[in-house]
Amino acid sequence: MTAVPASPEDAALDREESGGWTGWVRRRALRSFPPDQLLPDKQPIYVASWIYVFGVATIAAFIVVLATGGILALRGPAWWHESSLGHYVNSTHLWSVELFMAFMVIHLWGKFFMAAWRGKRALTWITGAVSFLASIGTAFTGYLTQQNLASQWVSTQAKDGLNSVGIGSYFNVLDFGQMLMWHIVLLPLGVGLLVVAHVLLVRRHGVVPPFPPKDAHDVNSTATEGSVPA
Amino acid sequence: MTAATARVHRRVADPAAQPWAGAKRPYDLVKEFVIALVVVSLLTVILAALFSSPDDKQLTLAEWAKAAPNDFVATAATELDGTSGSATYGAPYTHDKSAAQKIGPLAPQNWPGVTIPIDSVQDFVVRPLEGAAVSPDLQAALKQWTAANADQQQKWASAYDTALANAPDTDPAKIATGDYGPVPVMMTQLLALAQSGGLDGALLAQGRFYQTDYTKPLLFLADGTYLEDLARAQHLGGDQWGMMNETGNYPGQAWLWLYTFWYQVKPFSTSGNGDALVWSLMALLTLVFVLVPFVPGVRSIPKLIPIHRLIWRNYYRDVEGGAATAAPEISSS
Repeated sequence: MTAVPASPEDAALDREESGGWTGWVRRRALRSFPPDQLLPDKQPIYVASWIYVFGVATIAAFIVVLATGGILALRGPAWWHESSLGHYVNSTHLWSVELFMAFMVIHLWGKFFMAAWRGKRALTWITGAVSFLASIGTAFTGYLTQQNLASQWVSTQAKDGLNSVGIGSYFNVLDFGQMLMWHIVLLPLGVGLLVVAHVLLVRRHGVVPPFPPKDAHDVNSTATEGSVPA
Repeated sequence: MTAATARVHRRVADPAAQPWAGAKRPYDLVKEFVIALVVVSLLTVILAALFSSPDDKQLTLAEWAKAAPNDFVATAATELDGTSGSATYGAPYTHDKSAAQKIGPLAPQNWPGVTIPIDSVQDFVVRPLEGAAVSPDLQAALKQWTAANADQQQKWASAYDTALANAPDTDPAKIATGDYGPVPVMMTQLLALAQSGGLDGALLAQGRFYQTDYTKPLLFLADGTYLEDLARAQHLGGDQWGMMNETGNYPGQAWLWLYTFWYQVKPFSTSGNGDALVWSLMALLTLVFVLVPFVPGVRSIPKLIPIHRLIWRNYYRDVEGGAATAAPEISSS
């Protein structure tokens, strides 16, 4: 026989604490990301600049990059050399990457000049910076797997840099199969996970506020220090 | 004040860490995302339709051997006498530790050892020829080569390579007479094999039916000068900012500008350790970039260069004009 809770408060507590691991994950997720914080319909008054558009534009371009790359993957890496439709799809992949990188760089410079790591947002900056580096790696492996003259030249040149610091033994840019796996599986997965983490951190800590105005008491003297969120 | 108290005090003192308690404005994130997705998709299909994408045809060993037979044979000769780029590379291809690039006293190139072994004589010349040895001349030449000891093989190969380098136009047909053993026949047959397309398959096939590793054919191709000539014509050379360039008139990898920059300036552009120096410098700069929030001086640049006043100009105009809430208030929540 199940014990009857003594009061409504006890019943609420029971509900809150029950559910095993699943319940713990749910409670933790809701505590960290309440729905109105995860998907707010209001932002602080200072979130009013075109620079804010480039974060979401980067994510939009990333989705287009994944979609166009996915279409290329349907028919394999040689398709776009043999088909005019394939060549066009490859062109969309190239230009979506150019847009993705351009938007990300603008977003990054914007965040740098906002000192967006202030207020326990250092990890947000770090996940964004590592996303940028992983994106460079993804684009680079894309050049290696084009199966054309550019691939031949880029790979034979890049091997010298990678070998000179000992990386080439494990990351062989002359091995088409290995580079294709990195390009279409490992690196996009890494970028995707980093972007998700980055966005969740932005939602958790909110958009960084402006530096104090000129006539304000500068209590923000330590504000450029990056403290990792608890 | 204890360390713990100081940490608590600092957290409270940092208004940027507090929830925003000032005015808010409606902001439709989902609508913004959908509009961005539509605009980026449209931009992508329009740019692709207008500018297409580059696709300079790959270079096969057969095309190289037909277009520049002298360069092909000169390269094969260096593979046979062990003086080619691949044969003298060091780790991860060969065991010559002195060939490694260095960063001061360190040679990280040697640390993993030889993980992708390359025997330029066997891999690029002898084994492909053995697989195609149908003519009596070639069979006899290979028999003579394998019957000789290593010293004799080296003498023949070196003598041939030197004579070829001194021949007019490095033309194998105009080479001075000398004791080259079976090498001339081997070179002639390797050229014929390459021109027929057989060498492309022979270098790729490594005893397996399926193959995706192009290390050997690419290394052989890169040991010659023909590939580099084609690349330089497209402004892809290392000293032509080639790392960020693309074939044709395309933006390429503009984001690699800083990597490319170092290769244009001394000491990187002239050092034998240029790659190791550039890559280690970039590793250091990358670390600084990732850890900007913790790097004194760098993290203060945004305060010193007030671009933030342009970004938040409406906010500052309102606040400093007294029309809105001032700096973020410290909330008790």
